[in-house]
Amino acid sequence: MTNTHRLLAVTGALLAGAAGIGDTQAPAGARTVVVASKPFGESYLLAEMFAQLLEARGVAVERRPGLGATEVAFAALRAGAIDVYPEYTGTGLLVILGASRDTASRDVFGTVQREFMSRFGVRWLPPLGFENTYAIAVRRETAAEHGLRTLSDLARIAPRLAAGLTPDFIGRPDGLPGLAAAYGLRFAEVRPLSQALKYRALASGAVDVVDGYSTDGLIARYDLVVLADDRGFFPPYDAAAMVGAGVQRDNPRAIAALSELSGRLDERLMRELNARVEVSGEPIPQVAASALRDLGLVDRAGEDTTSLGTTGGATSFGEYMWSRRASLLAQALRHLWLVGLALGAAIAVAVPLGLWLEHERRAAEPVIRAIGAVQTIPSIALLAFMVPLLGIGAWPALVALWIYALFPIVRHTYSGVRDADPDAVHAARALGMTPAQVLRHVRTPLAAPGILAGIRTAAVISVGTATLAAFIGAGGLGEPIATGLALADTRLILSGALPAAALALVVDGLLGLVERAVTPAPLRHAAARRADERR
Amino acid sequence: MSNAAPGLLVDQVRKRYGDVRALDGVSIPLEAGTWLALVGESGAGKSTLVRCINRLEELDGGGIAIEGVDVRERDVIELRRSIGYVPQEGGLLPHWRVLANVALVPRLTNLSDPEARAGEALRLVGLDAKALGRRWPHELSGGQRQRVALARALAAGQGLLLLDEPFGALDAITRSDLHRTVLQVRQDRPLTAVLVTHDVREALLLADRVGVMREGRLEQLAPPAALLRAPATAYVARLLERAEVVR
Repeated sequence: MTNTHRLLAVTGALLAGAAGIGDTQAPAGARTVVVASKPFGESYLLAEMFAQLLEARGVAVERRPGLGATEVAFAALRAGAIDVYPEYTGTGLLVILGASRDTASRDVFGTVQREFMSRFGVRWLPPLGFENTYAIAVRRETAAEHGLRTLSDLARIAPRLAAGLTPDFIGRPDGLPGLAAAYGLRFAEVRPLSQALKYRALASGAVDVVDGYSTDGLIARYDLVVLADDRGFFPPYDAAAMVGAGVQRDNPRAIAALSELSGRLDERLMRELNARVEVSGEPIPQVAASALRDLGLVDRAGEDTTSLGTTGGATSFGEYMWSRRASLLAQALRHLWLVGLALGAAIAVAVPLGLWLEHERRAAEPVIRAIGAVQTIPSIALLAFMVPLLGIGAWPALVALWIYALFPIVRHTYSGVRDADPDAVHAARALGMTPAQVLRHVRTPLAAPGILAGIRTAAVISVGTATLAAFIGAGGLGEPIATGLALADTRLILSGALPAAALALVVDGLLGLVERAVTPAPLRHAAARRADERR
Repeated sequence: MSNAAPGLLVDQVRKRYGDVRALDGVSIPLEAGTWLALVGESGAGKSTLVRCINRLEELDGGGIAIEGVDVRERDVIELRRSIGYVPQEGGLLPHWRVLANVALVPRLTNLSDPEARAGEALRLVGLDAKALGRRWPHELSGGQRQRVALARALAAGQGLLLLDEPFGALDAITRSDLHRTVLQVRQDRPLTAVLVTHDVREALLLADRVGVMREGRLEQLAPPAALLRAPATAYVARLLERAEVVR
């Protein structure tokens, strides 16, 4: 077996592995229902309740919690990569359908139900029974000091206040732009803050106003005052299960099971359940199971099948990490697998491309600049673009990571080969080396340290970017980070972030050793001497 | 190793770069075993002519023949391997040891025992293969590096040598050491050679024939003594004066 054949065989096996990811083999006859959520506490909880209820009715389930934001989750649903996730009617109307507030009729549910079916073949099951609208909240002292009860009150003193809002809310038409127009709101400062950070920023006084959800457990935890929407700006945000075309067609049993939850939840119950997750730190599967039991929908607790949720706060961080060792190891391996595969594929393309560009110098700058331009797309946006094309899971993440890894490798390979000792290259040509021999025996070994430096850069970038892959369901160490961000659980965030940082350092260190090893000894010496001279 | 030095014929060669006539009808017949030195200012066309011989550049007109065979009729790779070449900077491969550098062409042409040939070539230029063969180029002095580059050109072993300002970057003492070495090599080996140099003294010392070039043309082609005795043009006379070689 030649080296090339071996390489092809290995690549084939890895690709086969990638293809297997995300396709849980369904038992014959019954298709597995993929239940997903968006990355915030209530969405996780509702999805888990869907999943447990389906399992209790004998439907096989695969869980894909914490998908990106609305765009990613809905794109995945349309593409058939997921089958059901909890959504809110107002979000469906304004964000997905892009309706303006003026045209929104009172019968929002009727509108989204009709439009989603005719446009996307996506079905809204009857609402779950509670509304989770945006809640603009302030600290209790602020409310008392300024006599704030409504958003109209807030508009009066807003120019003296700083707002910390989720980026989502700042951008969407049913968020800040619409609200500012409806109430004449103008804040002294608007800072984009993540879901997890904004409550802490509010409590610590860094900002004075945040956006939240009316059923948020954290509103109670931080003792905040929710200001009334006295002009009726926010449309109804009734929660409901949104179901893709595949399940509607093949799985009436799943539809029936999910419909059992319709009308069974109310705001008081949701606030209480959310608080158990977000304030008390109870594991989500446990809260979901007890809620379903209390509603009389299942007899006994569902299986604890996910690693979501938090454990009690009494243990030290070390003990906490130790208790999560099994899932962390699996996530770290998954992370390495994503990075390794994407990096390997990037090397396989970018190194030959860089070498070829050295022959086609006129093409070099445009090609490299085009690849560099892709690099400027924010990683989360690139990941989101992949979803409509490739669904969710490992494939879109691998493609996105691959694209990011190309640039540093092509750039370093090209410039390394181009700048390799021109005198040596000239002499090698003049003495009768063929172009292929010059490339193989002179240019490539002299460029090897540069090529490796490019690979090293790409590897470190990939380890970092791969943490975002969790938002499109690809797993890895981003999973605890995404969940932790959604649940405002610092320890959960750190349990993913610290190993990811350590992984980046280890990968960098190991590739540094490889870089040393492939650097021809005399060049190593020359580099060291240059370093000495600089000192 | 074929030790026969070939004859070289440069016939009405022309080469242009855009509007610049780098070579404008130069003709030089060179008998086997002769050393030709090309002198003249930068841009006179000396290096271009040398590069046209091993086809690093292709001619626009005229022809160059080695032993009566036009260089353009030969396979370019095979042609280059048959011609020894020493560039100004030596051009040693920095990641190859000295012996491997010298053995480059014998290895490319699959000759038997390339390292022995390399050792022999090193001995010719006054270096000890045992002492220096395992060193890296960066561990050598500038003079040693040029000797190794010369040895590498000799190890190609086909009797034709092109030297493109080989000693231009060396100090005066090292350069005169190398001159002695070259004269020794000329005694040990039958070689046809073309030496490009800025140094008129070097040309007069090492070559049998000196060609003075100016703006792509040959001003004069003569043996050193004849050149000194009877400069053909005012330009040649001035060049000799400036080099302080006129008695």
